[in-house]
Amino acid sequence: MPDFRLNDEHEALRQTVREFAVDVVAPVIGDYYERHAFPYEIVRQMGKMGLFGLPFAEEYGGMGGDYLALCLTLEELARVDSSVAITLEAAISLGAMPIYRFGTEEQKREWLPKLTSGENLAAFGLTEPGFGSDAGGTATRAYLDESTNEWVINGSKAFITNSGTDITALVTVTAVTGETPDGRKEISAIIVPSGTPGFTVAPGYSKVGWCASDTHELTFDDVRVPAGNLLGQRGRGFAQFLRTLDEGRVAIAALSVGLAQGCVDESVKYAKQRHAFGHPIGDFQAIQFKIADMEMRAHTARLAYYDAASRLVAGENVKRAAAITKLYASEAAVANAREATQIHGGYGFMNEFPVGRFWRDSKILEIGEGTSEVQRMIIARELGM
Amino acid sequence: MKIVVLVKQVPDSGAERNLRSDDNTVDRGSANNVINEMDEYAIEEALSIQEKHGGEVVVLTMGPSGATESIRKALSMGPDSAVHVADDALHGSCAVATSKVLAAAIGQLDADLIICGAESTDGRVQVMPHMIAERLGIAALTGARKLTVDGSTLTIERQTEEGYEVVTASTPAVVSVWDTINEPRYPSFKGIMAAKKKPLETKSLADLGVDASEVGFDGATSTVVEHSKRPPRQAGNKVADSGDGGVQLVQYLSSEKFV
Ligand SMILES: Cc1cc2nc3c(=O)[nH]c(=O)nc-3n(C[C@H](O)[C@H](O)[C@H](O)COP(=O)(O)OP(=O)(O)OC[C@H]3O[C@@H](n4cnc5c(N)ncnc54)[C@H](O)[C@@H]3O)c2cc1C
Ligand SMILES: Cc1cc2nc3c(=O)[nH]c(=O)nc-3n(C[C@H](O)[C@H](O)[C@H](O)COP(=O)(O)OP(=O)(O)OC[C@H]3O[C@@H](n4cnc5c(N)ncnc54)[C@H](O)[C@@H]3O)c2cc1C
Repeated sequence: MPDFRLNDEHEALRQTVREFAVDVVAPVIGDYYERHAFPYEIVRQMGKMGLFGLPFAEEYGGMGGDYLALCLTLEELARVDSSVAITLEAAISLGAMPIYRFGTEEQKREWLPKLTSGENLAAFGLTEPGFGSDAGGTATRAYLDESTNEWVINGSKAFITNSGTDITALVTVTAVTGETPDGRKEISAIIVPSGTPGFTVAPGYSKVGWCASDTHELTFDDVRVPAGNLLGQRGRGFAQFLRTLDEGRVAIAALSVGLAQGCVDESVKYAKQRHAFGHPIGDFQAIQFKIADMEMRAHTARLAYYDAASRLVAGENVKRAAAITKLYASEAAVANAREATQIHGGYGFMNEFPVGRFWRDSKILEIGEGTSEVQRMIIARELGM
Repeated sequence: MKIVVLVKQVPDSGAERNLRSDDNTVDRGSANNVINEMDEYAIEEALSIQEKHGGEVVVLTMGPSGATESIRKALSMGPDSAVHVADDALHGSCAVATSKVLAAAIGQLDADLIICGAESTDGRVQVMPHMIAERLGIAALTGARKLTVDGSTLTIERQTEEGYEVVTASTPAVVSVWDTINEPRYPSFKGIMAAKKKPLETKSLADLGVDASEVGFDGATSTVVEHSKRPPRQAGNKVADSGDGGVQLVQYLSSEKFV
């Protein structure tokens, strides 16, 4: 019998993060969001709680938890705010995890303790101005200068989360490092420490949502890093990021569920207190049914990510489960955000209410870490088409 | 240094709380029970002293069997072990009896320092630290907003309405703290996992050598005989200002003897 109830430790973690999100994040995040400012103080406290080390082994400063622990944390953070949640998601799934999985012992010892403590953030640069869904098309190139034993990188990356904060330590970038015997691009991943000469971080984008998260375009102009900064095997970059993205999708699904549930929370509260025609609007069946549908979507999306996360923990291939949960949960989040805004009427269009923020933060969930179209392609492919 | 932190489980003060209709005690069965808020500050203070000076931190709770949940949560913040005093005969205990039981349990622990909250959110009697110190014959430094440990000398800033007083004592002593003293940590996942494996000893009254007749309803120095709900708030008086609003306000305030 499948059992979707959480064990005591996971439940205690969920409650702890819930308390943190409600007591520490909720009161101040709207202000950061308005100012498009990165919430360093919140990130510092999340680091103190060990959140950045959740799924990593204790020998690298981690908490020894599993991927489900991370997902529950992301859900509870995103239930209150998505900028904070994506900062953690990207720092772990995209930043530290590739080093943890594919790095040499030396790279792990050098970087992981700073990342798992939250003292530093790492980013992952895959997308380029010209290539997103088709990330294998990457135009960024790197060659090994044998005279100095250094990689020399040229190119650019677009929309890279956590890449330009004061505490960003490195960006792992994918680049073409040659040609495979069958004539295709050989792609490798290389660690580029922040501040390396020739590595420029453009000013932050003006974004529609996730306004308190950090996103930049990056350019690499004859950037030189030691040969030892190659992450994993040469030519394995493509396979590595596919694995990274499969996992990351489960995390994005959890984050989406959080947003979807936050929409329910806010709508129930508002529907009880807002009156129209002499009644709380929650008395109207039209409003009740919207909220019932929202709760249904959040609940089923949660079950889908619990399933994918427990398969991940069990070591199963989750390509199909991850695509399904990411697709379903992100669409649930967008639908819930739209309805929650509607239930709030004109106030829903005002930034002072959280639902306006939820609405702006929801759309990216159908785009980042693989668009909905890409998820459908993956599911169809898994069905043999 | 061995530090004992007193942790009480109380009904969540953010939710509706009730007294039981049968025996007028706090309804702990239907409530969402949590760690008494002030006690989280006591735990944090003990942990930060331990981080600086080493030693051991033990959580001590007197309460029904369901209090283990709060004890595990306390342990997940970092203390080393816990003692839970649970006994059916304790139900209905008054403050005097509670202090007797806690003092007996502390006596078996050989503590250098006992830290507790300045008050609980349910009983709110604010007497536990004084009573325990009296029973143990040691100093009570109460209402601290700051605590410093220097060898065996304890110094607190005792919060008062006007400011603070500096009070010192030597160990062993009881210190009670307000929520101005620190910012309690959130448990980490490692802490949550570790809490499951930490020693939690349950003690009965017999283990403490306290006679059942001295506690509970039998030993209560005072007993609640009746209770009723606070009456709902009355609608306020509205003063419509048609030139004499100020006069009306003053008349009201003086009739209520506010001015
Ligand atoms: C705020 C933010 C943060 C981000 N953070 C990161 C990060 O940290 N690291 C990183 O590497 N990237 C990051 N990204 C990039 C993100 O992953 C990409 O935007 C996403 O993968 C889509 O790529 P694209 O923007 O190039 O869109 P395109 O690939 O150009 O897609 C445009 C449209 O065409 C559709 N489409 C493309 N190909 C097909 C097809 N074969 N069949 C059907 N439809 C198709 C897409 O679904 C989409 O609707 C971030 C993006 C944003 C906005
Ligand atoms: C409705 C009601 C009726 C009551 N009736 C009576 C009565 O008739 N007669 C009477 O004498 N008292 C009565 N009490 C008081 C009750 O017995 C006390 O609440 C109890 O003894 C503990 O005192 P306190 O929590 O208020 O202590 P406080 O002095 O306010 O608590 C200070 C600190 O002491 C510690 N502490 C307190 N209790 C414990 C515990 N059980 N385990 C571990 N640490 C603890 C905590 O660190 C706490 O922060 C009543 C209380 C209520 C709510």
